[in-house]
Amino acid sequence: MYEFISGPLALISFAIFFVGIITRIVWYVKGLDWRLDRVAYTEKLGAGITGAARSLFHWLLPFNRTTANHPVFMAVTYLFHICLVIASIFLVAHVVLIEESWSISWITIPDYIADYMTLAVIAAGIFFLIRRLTDPNVKILTTASDYIVLAIALAPFITGYIAYHQWMDYKFWLIVHILCGEIMLIAIPFTKLSHFFLFFCSRIQLGMDYGIKRGGAKGRGIAW
Amino acid sequence: MAEEAKSQDLPPLVTRKPVKTKEELDLLLADRGVRYYKELEVFPVDTAALKKTLDATCKSRIRTWLEICAHCSLCADTCFFYLANDNDPKQIPSYKIKSTLGELVKRKGDVDTQFMINCMDTAWGKCTCCNRCGMYCPHGIDMGVMFGYLRGLCFSQGFVPHEMKIGSGMHWIYNAQMDVTVEDYVDTCKWMVEENEEYYPGLEIPVDKVGADIMYVVNAREPKHYPQDLAEAAILFHLAGESWTVPSKGWEGTSLAMFAGDWACCKQQVENVYAAMERLKVKRYVGTECGHQHRATITEGPYWAGRKSGDPPVPGLHYVEWVLEALETGKLKLDPAKKIKEPVTLQDPCNYIRNHGLTDVTRKIMSYIAEDFREMSPNREHNFCCGGGGGMNGIGRYRKERNIGLKVKRDQILATGAKFVVSACHNCWDAIRDLEEVYKIGIKWSFLKPILLDMVIVPDHLKPKEEE
Ligand code: SF4
Ligand code: SF4
Repeated sequence: MYEFISGPLALISFAIFFVGIITRIVWYVKGLDWRLDRVAYTEKLGAGITGAARSLFHWLLPFNRTTANHPVFMAVTYLFHICLVIASIFLVAHVVLIEESWSISWITIPDYIADYMTLAVIAAGIFFLIRRLTDPNVKILTTASDYIVLAIALAPFITGYIAYHQWMDYKFWLIVHILCGEIMLIAIPFTKLSHFFLFFCSRIQLGMDYGIKRGGAKGRGIAW
Repeated sequence: MAEEAKSQDLPPLVTRKPVKTKEELDLLLADRGVRYYKELEVFPVDTAALKKTLDATCKSRIRTWLEICAHCSLCADTCFFYLANDNDPKQIPSYKIKSTLGELVKRKGDVDTQFMINCMDTAWGKCTCCNRCGMYCPHGIDMGVMFGYLRGLCFSQGFVPHEMKIGSGMHWIYNAQMDVTVEDYVDTCKWMVEENEEYYPGLEIPVDKVGADIMYVVNAREPKHYPQDLAEAAILFHLAGESWTVPSKGWEGTSLAMFAGDWACCKQQVENVYAAMERLKVKRYVGTECGHQHRATITEGPYWAGRKSGDPPVPGLHYVEWVLEALETGKLKLDPAKKIKEPVTLQDPCNYIRNHGLTDVTRKIMSYIAEDFREMSPNREHNFCCGGGGGMNGIGRYRKERNIGLKVKRDQILATGAKFVVSACHNCWDAIRDLEEVYKIGIKWSFLKPILLDMVIVPDHLKPKEEE
């Protein structure tokens, strides 16, 4: 069981993850149309790249008005995403596993930091959940898939935390944890989790729009 | 088609086709919307065509926006309609687009009449396509762009507010947003010269002068309702010593077709103006104090006309850009003693501020004309829509919604303490005028031209000779 889910199934999940992402990025770029979108993407590539860089800079870092207007929510959001990405990619156990299977490896973070980060992800997830359940603005937008997606994103962290601390049957929770991680990998290209990479597509596109057409060429460029 | 209409044997008012003949237009104008909206209530949706259009035009950008929206509601307080309606969740940009275009895409166009009417009431009655929300969404989702797209879908199905159908019809028939013909326009130019040449000897409005530096293009409201505006523009060009001209054909720069979502008409309209640029071999285009004229002809127009560079045939300036240039180069000299003494504030129009970055230009102009200039808050590209943009001012069906929306601008103006609002945009000007009419806060408002004319120093050689 363990061998199967940590071996072939992991490979399949990663394959779906990467192929899915690449396919969707290609689909995205091919779907851009200078006439329909009314943005001279290729003719004004230089202005477009400047605009895209500006857009990414302001939104990957908290230098934007939304962060100023909603500091608490945005702080939690930044924390959630940073911890989620760092904890899962740089966890010692993950890197060791990958090294054993495919003999590639990279730097790791100490386990106790990953532990705090996991807690931060779970806490932020609970914050999002409560907000979804109580804030009328969020409630009206929420659909079942929002809960499912949140569950898919949190599950590897909750199960990983339980497994790591060996509170209960370690082997069982480890298997559940790996399965949850694989579900997440597979879900990324096909659900709203695709914002993992489509965020970049969307921000780059809007940045190019502003850079090329909406003020990028004139006056001081507008940042997003 | 409405039974009633059939029984009275009248041609239908609601069709999926744009209005292209004077007869159809007159019929629509005479109706005032009563029969029109009744017909709309039972007008069928051509779902096959809708699906086809979606397949052909709803590409990865919009589909991605709809898909990755995190349903986080951060865009809620960025929309003035949400704020003006006491934080009504139904006014959240994301909700508005999700419940209309989002559903439409999900159902692949398989929707009914009531659904399309709701789309229409949302796309025109709850959004002015001001694009403000898009600047605040962490995912870079621009609901204004999507509502513009939705308007196009609605138009193609005939679900469009009465006045918008008329607006695009006007452009099809007159190449102008109002029933002003080329002859009417040229006559108005002549008339304005006659009215003013006594005070400004040598004043001209050169029509179709080939090789002029500037081609000046107006908004049809000017010749139709405010010809004085045209005279003011002429006088200022005259005093600045510009080589300029107005085209006969291609004189109108606005495009209600853009607000209506009639893309074929947008193309025809703007190609007219571009043809004039090429015919007259001018160096630059200057458009009047109108926001959507600039957006339609300079910002979006090149794409409708299929110009890959995204640029019009000659560089396009908004009037404020010309004014600043004239002030900075000294072509126009203002009398500093006549600077406005009372507090003045400035309306930033979405169409050339948020959508073309001219934020500093108007501020520099203010430094020439006002002693006590007060910024609204927020301002520049973060400014709120005047409340009447995107065609909303002109649509009777949404008058109530419009007037509620105006509260945000009202409060912004009141907070500055200024009683005088400068607005270099027809739409904003109208909205502010109506705002005063509805809320009576005791303000004045003005375009730039009358202010400049009041302050400009007339060079000696252009002054009228004293009678001997
Ligand atoms: S449009 Fe953007 S800000 Fe609004 S709910 Fe969606 S992701 Fe959030
Ligand atoms: S474009 Fe403007 S009016 Fe429309 S939803 Fe966004 S903020 Fe509101």
